[in-house]
Amino acid sequence: MKNAIRISCNRHNLKVVRDFVSTYLAAYSLSDLHLNQIILAVDEVVANLIIHANHEDESQFLNVRVGVEKQVFEIEIEDDSNSSYQPSLYKEPDLQEHIRTGKKGGVGMALVNRIMDRVEFTTTGTHNVCRLYKHIA
Amino acid sequence: MKIAQQTTENTLTLSLDGELDASSSVLLDTELTKPEVLDYKKVLIDCQRLNYISSAGLGVFISHLQRFQDAGVKLVFFNMQEKVHNVFEILGLDALMTIVPSEAEATAI
Repeated sequence: MKNAIRISCNRHNLKVVRDFVSTYLAAYSLSDLHLNQIILAVDEVVANLIIHANHEDESQFLNVRVGVEKQVFEIEIEDDSNSSYQPSLYKEPDLQEHIRTGKKGGVGMALVNRIMDRVEFTTTGTHNVCRLYKHIA
Repeated sequence: MKIAQQTTENTLTLSLDGELDASSSVLLDTELTKPEVLDYKKVLIDCQRLNYISSAGLGVFISHLQRFQDAGVKLVFFNMQEKVHNVFEILGLDALMTIVPSEAEATAI
């Protein structure tokens, strides 16, 4: 089964990545709810990388690899943008404040952090890797 | 994402069909931003065919909620699939927005 894809930084490719993860995980008989959560977490990270880190520059690419080992789903997303995500700057969103001010963004990483068991971001030079892990037994 | 509209004198119903992500949410935002939306007393969102929502889709509703409230417009979701409702729950948005099981209940609000 195909376990890696490369996509250009166009937000239309979000659906491509969601379908790729869904197809890969079809063999693991997850509930609709559980599968949707994992797809959502991946979608949020990929959307951030396409839109915020790479500014939807279609000459830039993301490499996405998935795997399951010892009942843990792992996904690795690589890019080469100059702006890397800083997990230490993460703040839990105040939703009532978002509503009051009409803020559109800023809740994606909250979803990722609440859904996945482990979230890692590493940067070497301009090479960024995000790894997400989720127990799927 | 397809958005079908149905109107009565006081109610605008938007039926969402497809996946609401960072790409398609722009279309929904355009619909909700139209000034005439505030002429209705209620905006009902039929989620029966909404198969997926990401933070970008949630963000569209979050960003319009106060504007609707200030104008006296109620925003009500109905027919929501469990996996979509779960995304609202993860963030606690189910407690901040009006989500009811059926169109009859949405209409009765």
